[in-house]
Order: sequence, then C-alpha cells, then structure tokens
Amino acid sequence: MLITKRVEFSASHVCRNPQLSDHENQELFGMAANPHGHGHNYVVDITLEGEPDPVTGMVLDLKKLKDVVNREVITSYDHRFLNYEVPPFDRVVPTPENIAIDIWKRLQPQLAKDGGRLHAVRIYETPDLFVDYFGEAA
Amino acid sequence: MIRVTRRYRFSSSHRLHANRLSDAENASLYGKCNNPYGHGHDYEIEISARGPLEPRSGRAVDPAALDRLVEEQVLRTFDHTYLNSESAIFQELVPTTENLARAVYTRLQASWNSVFPGPWPVLDKVRIAETPRNIFEVSENDG
Repeated sequence: MLITKRVEFSASHVCRNPQLSDHENQELFGMAANPHGHGHNYVVDITLEGEPDPVTGMVLDLKKLKDVVNREVITSYDHRFLNYEVPPFDRVVPTPENIAIDIWKRLQPQLAKDGGRLHAVRIYETPDLFVDYFGEAA
Repeated sequence: MIRVTRRYRFSSSHRLHANRLSDAENASLYGKCNNPYGHGHDYEIEISARGPLEPRSGRAVDPAALDRLVEEQVLRTFDHTYLNSESAIFQELVPTTENLARAVYTRLQASWNSVFPGPWPVLDKVRIAETPRNIFEVSENDG
C-alpha cells in the first residue's frame, strides 16, 4: 500500500552551473539562469510504501511523517534562497530533479528509523512541471 | 532514474461515431457524445519522460526541448480543431480519448530523436484528462 503526505514550501533559486560561462548557462537554462534568482511555490508529495499495522491500522503515523518532513526539509527550505542558504545547492544546481534527490536523502534515513519505507518523492516546481524520484535503485 | 512531467492544454471538438455501426447503435453506444455536430473539451495533457541526471545541467529532461516537441507534434496539430474533420488519423479511428492518447504517444515517439538525439531521456507516458473526471493514460509497455 502507498500513502502520501503533501507539503509545500516557497523558495527562490537560480539555475546556474558555476563551471560554465554566463552564455552557456543562458543557453542551457534560459530565464532560469537570471543571476538575481526567481521563486516558486513548491509542492512536495512524499509517498511511503508499507502495510497497515494490525493494531493501529496505519502504515506510518502521518503526524509523525509531517514532523519529520518539517524538521528535515521544510525548516531548511522554506522562504530561503536555495543557492545561498541551503546546502548542497551551493554546489549542486537546484533543478527540481536535484531538489527531489536531496529531499530523498534527507528523509530516507530518518523515516527508516521508524520503519518507514520511502517509495517516491514528487516535487512540483509549478503545477505544469513536476519530477518523480524513486531512489537510486530505481 | 528520474521522471519529469510537463502539463499542457489544448481545446478541441470531437464526435464519437463508429463507421461500422448503425446510427441507432451509435446513438445507443455513445449517447450525447454522438451528437452529429460534435462537442468540445479542454484537454489537459501530461507528457512524462525519464532518464538519468545529466551532470552538466543537473536535469534529466530539458523542459524547453520537450515544450518544442509537444508544440510541434501535438498542440499545433490538435489545438482548436475538430478532430474528426481535421486529423487524418481520425478519418478511420473514433476520436475517443483512448485513441487520442495513443495518437499523441505515437506522434511524440516518431519525432523524439529530433529533439532528444541521445539514449536518454525516453518517452515514459502520456496522460490525458478529457475532463477533470475522465482520464486516460498510455505508457511504453501498452503497445
């Protein structure tokens, strides 16, 4: 069974690879390369896989899941300029792909402590662009 | 492996009418969708591609490239048209959204290499919401 918790954060970013020239970055990322940055209202769907506990009837307590997501992700990300304030985005381009991978890395070990199995991280950069990450194995 | 999905919209009209069936059978089968003058929808379409992270860009799919392909192969073909009269493929096939989803998948796949010449990303799936309550999805294993 899959269960999903949705959370939101708002942040600014710039898509720029520091190893490339301004011109190359412009070619690669278009408007997203504007050095002053720009922002999005990100929506994140955290999906876990498991069977409901026979006693509680829950795969994982969604309140506990929310606390972990808030602690590990939202407090770091929300209302920040990702490139300047949130490692690893000082050296990793904060594309939605890389943000999904970072969220996975932040959550997976914490959820595992409570027996949670992370299945997917979906991140909407806008309602019209989203990415799904299923971990390194997938 | 990462899946990237982009959402687009187009508005078209269609009429569900199977040539091999009688008028009475069509009316009974398709109901109001068989109205002889057709009717329209605001289709919402999601195109998903997947691939590994490309280290230079930190992305798996260039959304601008996908936009170009979808604009050329889907939006320009179907947006603000009457599918039954203006699309060659629907001269034979009934323009149900099942058939439309397959047609979109086939068109994208046929031109995919012109925009994504490398081994990655690949087309993963096409999902069309004919209305917010009727949704159709085709992926590579559906043939």
